[in-house]
Amino acid sequence: MDIHIREEGGVTVIKLSGDLDGKTSGEAQEQILPLVHPEGRLLLDMSQLNYMSSAGLRTMLLLYRKVSGSGGSIVLAGLADEIRDTMSATGFLHYFITTDTLEDGLAELNAATDNAAPGSAAAPGSAG
Amino acid sequence: MVERIDSYPTHEHDGYKLRTGRPLPFGASLVPGGVNFSVYSSHATACTLVLFEKGAAQPLVEIPFPDEFRIGNTFSMIVFDIDVENTEYGYRMDGPWEPEVGHRFNKDNILMDPYAKAIGGRDAWGKPPNWDDPYQHRGRLVFDDFDWENDRPLELPIEDLIIYEAHVRGFTRHESSGVKHPGTFAGLREKIPYLKELGINCIELMPVYEFDEFEHSRPNPMREGEMLMNYWGYSTVGFFAPKAGYAATGVLAMQVDEFKALVKELHRSGIEVMLDVVFNHTAEGNERGPSISYKGLDNKVYYMLTPEGYYFNFSGTGNTLNCNHPVVRGMVLDCLRYWAAEYHIDGFRFDLAAILGRDQNGAPLANPPLLEMLAHDPVLAKCKLIAEAWDAGGLYQVGSFPAYGRWAEWNGKYRDVMRRFVKGDTGLIGEVAQRLQGSPDLYALRGPTASVNFVTCHDGFTLHDLVAYNGKHNEANGEDNRDGNDDNLSWNCGWEGVTEDPGVVALRQQQMKNFAALLMVSQGVPMILMGDEVARTKGGNNNTYCHDNELNWLDWSLREANAEQFRFFKHIIAFRHAHPALRSRYHFANRDYVGSGYPDISWHGTQAWAADWSENNDHTLAFMLCGKHAKQGTAQDDYLYVAINTYWDGLPFELPGLPSGMKWHISTNTSMSAPQDIFAPGKEPVLDDQSHVIVGGRSLVILVGR
Repeated sequence: MDIHIREEGGVTVIKLSGDLDGKTSGEAQEQILPLVHPEGRLLLDMSQLNYMSSAGLRTMLLLYRKVSGSGGSIVLAGLADEIRDTMSATGFLHYFITTDTLEDGLAELNAATDNAAPGSAAAPGSAG
Repeated sequence: MVERIDSYPTHEHDGYKLRTGRPLPFGASLVPGGVNFSVYSSHATACTLVLFEKGAAQPLVEIPFPDEFRIGNTFSMIVFDIDVENTEYGYRMDGPWEPEVGHRFNKDNILMDPYAKAIGGRDAWGKPPNWDDPYQHRGRLVFDDFDWENDRPLELPIEDLIIYEAHVRGFTRHESSGVKHPGTFAGLREKIPYLKELGINCIELMPVYEFDEFEHSRPNPMREGEMLMNYWGYSTVGFFAPKAGYAATGVLAMQVDEFKALVKELHRSGIEVMLDVVFNHTAEGNERGPSISYKGLDNKVYYMLTPEGYYFNFSGTGNTLNCNHPVVRGMVLDCLRYWAAEYHIDGFRFDLAAILGRDQNGAPLANPPLLEMLAHDPVLAKCKLIAEAWDAGGLYQVGSFPAYGRWAEWNGKYRDVMRRFVKGDTGLIGEVAQRLQGSPDLYALRGPTASVNFVTCHDGFTLHDLVAYNGKHNEANGEDNRDGNDDNLSWNCGWEGVTEDPGVVALRQQQMKNFAALLMVSQGVPMILMGDEVARTKGGNNNTYCHDNELNWLDWSLREANAEQFRFFKHIIAFRHAHPALRSRYHFANRDYVGSGYPDISWHGTQAWAADWSENNDHTLAFMLCGKHAKQGTAQDDYLYVAINTYWDGLPFELPGLPSGMKWHISTNTSMSAPQDIFAPGKEPVLDDQSHVIVGGRSLVILVGR
């Protein structure tokens, strides 16, 4: 599991590569959760993620809860079909706004910030 | 937060850090830093925990429980630093091998935890297992932190339910379903809009507890390359685990989350989830069957045994779970509580439930402690409890099942008399009147909600086959048509099986509408069988327990091909939902107690106010429900009139008068074709002749007075 973090126009972009599972979820939580700030915007680049286990699903949901609890927004970009499918079947997908590309993800987060009243999280997507 | 002292190990074995565990809860539970394993046996002398890496042939480690980890008959231990997702576990139990007194301990066997919350080994449906693996069904660990958001069981009043009995795999396995993952929980979830359109508000799932589809599997003699298998699943391997092979994500061991996601989504759509639970026996069979779990853990406790140590067979499947042994009772209670609390299950239907009322020697108990305990349990307090009130040992308790004010029953007498009545048998008017009222003759004190009314269920003919076959056609089961019930009370309408004869086809359609309409106007709780709403056929096979093929898979193209049937079902279901007078919690009083001038129910015939109960009348019956008495006068409803004619020719029925200003409107006439056969609630046209209605031969008319 490789985690790469950068800032882009006020959005924290986090790229997850490899497997998010029971072995790597702990580390992912340690690295990502501190990045959650009030009204912060997170874009997760999932395009290089190969596999997400039950523990990985929980890590994602924990992140969603932290972000929405602090009035921020989170978008998942570039999910592989198989992972999207797993998230959908297990009921973990509908919490998230998802986009195909990073650019769309950034646009989604900017639009959400422009439109939403301060402090309100973006509405969960309907997919899943 | 203050750190807990019990998150530190005190013992070590082969590099694994350990600590004495907690006996409760039984099973494997995630605790800070590790996993708490707890198992019990009344007669074992020693126990060893066996851990595997997921799927591995050889154990990772075997950890004997130290003596100090044993309290009473329980063995419990915390093992630290376990990889929750990649670990499988089992137990070796040491103790006497003395079958003649009921003991079958053998420490060479690795046994599955009866409380295993997920079970590996049959991860994808129908994938041939590795038979050389001595440990076939492996306990797995699960996260129990599913995010239910604000979901909880719906607690719909039972009298308002319309139950749809379905098989998870059969519902969407057929390629015509068009779902992404056919035959799975996820596939079912994709089809929820269909269930909503149909209008049902409770889905009863045939067994979803882990079972082995390969149990007694054998080549299909009729279809080369196909296997006959344990398709229905009435043979439990583990009572606490959802069937992995029913989950699209079973190969990823995510069946727990996938099933919970299904329940949550059904609830969001207003549909309750009921589980068909099989506590009468297990998949371990008799003396010759495999030792999966219970046999090796505590044979004498889990099973009813003869004095010589053989298995009693009240279930017809080899063994009988010893349900009124206090320990087994505890397991059943733990299990149901777990499904109600962890999975938000709304109710349970108990397969061959009469067995649950037998004592340890098989004798029926007057006051069975298990049934009483379930009825009064705080966690289960709002769950529906429904009994199949008979067993394979000859105990038939329809009307007399010990109810404790809670238990409802599959009303087998409803099914039987309605089948006979609709096919034209005579001498039944009196009994039919009882069944239409929620069987007050059977459930005088329990009320109509004790009666789950049905004409068809998974066992026996589909509704289509009930009107298309006089006899069963079970050749495909490979037993020369000997298996299955011979007493189907069916009528083929003039031709056995498939025909293009328009007269026969039309009569069958009409008879199916009659059954559907009778079900929906009867007091009690109606249940329909998956696919009957689109006239599904099984080709006359009335016992398809072993077929993983089109005999059991719902063909979704029938939705279009039999659109008239679907439309009728949809409207007659909507009719029931629209009329609270049909859904009373209490029996009729047969008098006017709200001052409407009409009794709550009144009986009629071809002459109004003059029902003919004499032996001369075999074919006609009509009743009116006073809308002012709906829900004991607390709900507003129309007046409803139902006239039934099972004679072959049409007959005029004189209509009872309505309060002034009201008119009879025609809701349903099963002798008509769509769209004249039934009108959506609120769209019923006014009847031209307000004094009479012609009820066609073998048909039924429903009028609405408003």
